[in-house]
Amino acid sequence: MSDLIALETESLKAIAAAADEAALENVRVNALGKKGTISALLSTLGKMSPDERKAEGAKINLLKEHVTEALVQRKAVLKNMALEHRLKSETIDISLPPRDSSLTTGRVHPISQVMDELTTIFADMGFSIAEGPDVETDDFNFTRLNFPPGHPAREMHDTFFFNPAADGTRKLLRTHTSPVQVRTMLSQKPPIRVICPGRTYRCDSDQTHTPMFHQVEGLVIEKGAHLGHLKWILQEFCKAFFEVPSVNMQFRPSFFPFTEPSVEVDIQCSRKGGEIRFGEGTDWLEILGCGMVHPNVLRNCGLDPEEYTGFAWGMGIDRLAMLKYGISDLRQMFEGDVRWLSHYGFKPLETPTLAGGLSG
Amino acid sequence: MKLTLSWLKEHLDTHASLEQITDRLTKIGLEVEGIEDPALKLQGFGIAYVVSAEKHPNADKLRVCMVDDGSGKPVQVVCGAPNARAGMKSVFSPAGTFIPGKNITLAKGVIRGVESNGMLCSAAELELSNDHDGIIDLPADAPVGMAYGQYLGLNDPVIDINLTPNRPDAAGIYGIARDLEAAGIGTLKSSPIADIPGTYPCPTQVELLGEASDCPKFVLRQVRGVKNGPSPEWLQKQLKSIGLRPINALVDITNFMTFDRARPLHVFDADKVQGALRVRSAQADETLVALDGKTYTLEAGMIVICDENGPESIAGVMGGEASGCDENTVNVLIESALWDPAKIARTGRRLGINSDARYRFERGVDPAFCEAGAQMATAMVLEFCGGEASQLEIAVPAAAKPAMPLTLDFPFSEVKRLTGLNLAVDEMCGTLTALGFGVAARDAEHALVTVPSWRPDIEGKADIVEEILRIAGLDRVQPQPLPRLQDGVPTPVLTLLQKRKRTAQRALASLGLIEAVTWSFVSQPQAALFGGGDASLALANPIAADLSDMRPSLLPGLLMAVQRNSDRGLGDVALFEVGQIFRSDDEKGQKLNAAALRKGEAKSRGTGRHWSEKAQNVDFYDAKADALSLLAALNIPAASVQIVAGGPAWFHPGRSATLQFGPKNIVGAVGELHPLVLEAFGANGPVVAFELTLDDLPAPKLKATRAKPKLVMADLMPLERDFAFVVDRATAAGDIIKAAQNAERQIITKVTLFDVYEGTGIAADKKSIAIAVTMQPRDKTMTDGEIEALSGLIVAEVTKKTGAVLRG
Repeated sequence: MSDLIALETESLKAIAAAADEAALENVRVNALGKKGTISALLSTLGKMSPDERKAEGAKINLLKEHVTEALVQRKAVLKNMALEHRLKSETIDISLPPRDSSLTTGRVHPISQVMDELTTIFADMGFSIAEGPDVETDDFNFTRLNFPPGHPAREMHDTFFFNPAADGTRKLLRTHTSPVQVRTMLSQKPPIRVICPGRTYRCDSDQTHTPMFHQVEGLVIEKGAHLGHLKWILQEFCKAFFEVPSVNMQFRPSFFPFTEPSVEVDIQCSRKGGEIRFGEGTDWLEILGCGMVHPNVLRNCGLDPEEYTGFAWGMGIDRLAMLKYGISDLRQMFEGDVRWLSHYGFKPLETPTLAGGLSG
Repeated sequence: MKLTLSWLKEHLDTHASLEQITDRLTKIGLEVEGIEDPALKLQGFGIAYVVSAEKHPNADKLRVCMVDDGSGKPVQVVCGAPNARAGMKSVFSPAGTFIPGKNITLAKGVIRGVESNGMLCSAAELELSNDHDGIIDLPADAPVGMAYGQYLGLNDPVIDINLTPNRPDAAGIYGIARDLEAAGIGTLKSSPIADIPGTYPCPTQVELLGEASDCPKFVLRQVRGVKNGPSPEWLQKQLKSIGLRPINALVDITNFMTFDRARPLHVFDADKVQGALRVRSAQADETLVALDGKTYTLEAGMIVICDENGPESIAGVMGGEASGCDENTVNVLIESALWDPAKIARTGRRLGINSDARYRFERGVDPAFCEAGAQMATAMVLEFCGGEASQLEIAVPAAAKPAMPLTLDFPFSEVKRLTGLNLAVDEMCGTLTALGFGVAARDAEHALVTVPSWRPDIEGKADIVEEILRIAGLDRVQPQPLPRLQDGVPTPVLTLLQKRKRTAQRALASLGLIEAVTWSFVSQPQAALFGGGDASLALANPIAADLSDMRPSLLPGLLMAVQRNSDRGLGDVALFEVGQIFRSDDEKGQKLNAAALRKGEAKSRGTGRHWSEKAQNVDFYDAKADALSLLAALNIPAASVQIVAGGPAWFHPGRSATLQFGPKNIVGAVGELHPLVLEAFGANGPVVAFELTLDDLPAPKLKATRAKPKLVMADLMPLERDFAFVVDRATAAGDIIKAAQNAERQIITKVTLFDVYEGTGIAADKKSIAIAVTMQPRDKTMTDGEIEALSGLIVAEVTKKTGAVLRG
């Protein structure tokens, strides 16, 4: 009896003392293996009387159970210890920097971003996007837009020309996106609602002019369209584009050959500390020209001015981008300097939406 | 167009302030670009009397002065000027005055223990001259208390109007005054023009020899016995106030008429004119020394006024030096004529002359003011220079029909139709009348409106609406929502190409590329290197030699941008652009391309050195990955794109490929740029790039629904088998992949190429290619035999197509 107690004490002690799984396995073999101490005890049962066997058997089995249980527990502990030890040895330097994600290094040019913003706003108002070629004819760029040949207004456009063709005509680089309006009116029936964004060219280069720039024009032709509608569209556009709750705009009579009446539009702003803010302040900033489409232009595009009215407006996309995003130098837009592009450009997933806001 | 407030008030009786006038001018379409008020700069400076000037108790060079600024209560001022003395009159600025010459606002101060309440000023401090030796010393009669600006006569603000080309009438100050009267700012002063009868016939005849439209009218008059000299003080001052240089009385009168009445005139010295004045078209290569001293070579089609000696004046543009008036002129010929605006514009442009006369004639001079202009000038000549006037010689072309004023039937409803604004008929008619329009046969609906002679820009109803509107004020037009054309959620508006452009930009940026926008033009040699440079796409008037030809490709612009960055020390750069390129001057020749360019170590998985891997230069496969990523983003199945070895001439011949959908639809190329191209651009490599024409990519098939194809997910585990082949070095690995893929199309779902090896163990002209083939059993697991059979099929197919041998 005391042998059993001593054996149990000794076995449990050996289990507790096992430092790793191999030592524990030794203990198990010594106790429960074929030649183990507990196995040896069990083999003595066969020689006992049934009563004795019953009493001793229960005791030995209990001993076996206790030792087995202790082995399982110790094994779990040792496994955990071993894992802990391994994990400790596997520590890495989490401060090592990963490569920059392309999602954070890639950029969309501010002009593209603004074009996407314009599209988002005007698509919601039911406008399509009309496009046309950069290399245009004199007819579409000027004559049909009511610039008579020789008119001084043509000269204000500093046009880039190509060399004359054999038939004497010469093509030019469009000086505005208005020829797209002509093409739209010639190819579509009213009602027409389009915006025409694109590259435009003038033979001019200084601090605030580049020989290539981007314009967006809008055109609405339908029965009953009038200046009040134009005013509303421009106000709604400016609020949406500049992402301000209200804007103050000033409409001034002006002159463009292709509109009558013609209007220039200023927007009120403040310029505190070199930063332009809209919807506040006392300064006025000219942002666009517009007007009712000139009856001659309608006629030149096959529309009856007695039946249809329409209005159009035009503004500089580069300028819109500069005003909204605080860009000071127009010429940098076309330099391709990655320092500038990384700073003023937009991350690839910053796609403008009306639901989420134009600039995120 | 410049005018001064005082000149305007010669014609307009008004109490309106400068601000009210300029605001109104802008509101009625005469946009004020700037106001220069010389008095404004001198605000706060007044004439003062120095009552006493004592030595400063604590400083030898300073004086303590008591200064009377007119208020009768002298203030104490510490002054350092050597000329400060009791009894003098000078210019005083109290504390709070802005001192332009010092760019400070004066504050009260204590100078060496003595309080100082302002400053006695030098001319330099007022920015009136560079004199800073002492304070301004005014004559004894200078009135104490008067504003110094007023004392100097600097109280006449100059208004600069940005005149639109449709308003020649407002190129004269009288016309601006007329507009202001209509806009409710004051009353136009009546200035009747005296009819000066001549006492003798004009001795110089006029002959109109050109086309009838060249010169609709030519009025000439001689004034004999004049004494030309400086014009009166007031006229000189007026001309100077708007930046003109007085010359002599006769010339000054013509300049006055130009700016006061928008009626340019010319004066000839009658004694320098031989015979009759003939108006005709210039002959090629005729020359004329004009009043600006320059010699101009004339061309046929330009209108000239000639005498027996040849051209004496370029009509409507500039007179000739030979027959010009100077102090010795005794007999003068005054010319008041009308010219064809288009011809004047063309002549001025061809000769590069921007004269005040040209400016007005090309926009349109009032035809009804021809004689009146001559009469007005005559009166001034007689007043300033004396003499005796001849009768007017008036020439009109033989075929000329009398010019009839334009009359339009104007329905009042047109105002509302175009502007949405409801105006009373009385208001509309009142405005028109005030602007000089005739309003007749008026009833509730319409009137016959006659256009005044000075408004050549008015040709239809819309122009009349604009006149009414600009005077009424645009701010009265109320914004009105434009109803949607269709109810509900707006439908998509973008075309396939527009969508692809947007997607391409976002997709390429997602690859870590930075979008640049580069010029649409490049130099001719650059265009030629990239397959362009045709004369039909060369600009006739480029702004610079390196921006002369429309670009045939986005790559030259990107390459230059990348190299500029490199020159700034940023050598590892990856840029892209989505934009137009030009294959011909036809509109179909313009295409929308997307291109990306990587340089140095700007690889697709990251730029430059990194601790996690060895730094590597960009190579063909980076550009290929960019191109294929873009096509994938545009939903173009990778399998449909053919990648054929070799690209256009600007790529490395052995490290480039053509992207195509069949041999007739080449959509782009990818590769390493040719070393000679890099050399021509002064760029150092390696530079890899791709360029795709978005227009040429196949459009997706239209489907009835947006439903995606049904997905079948196999229940059975896929298995993978590796194969290593030895093949000729020149064999394309892609062919091995394709052959393996094609061995069996149902079960083989993927072929991955995971190793390419050349070197020890492989013959010199061979390479080893290892692929992993994924097999996806469909209805039942594959037996070993089936797997074996399929493997055999794969090896057989690869060997058959490429000559590859399974590596033992």
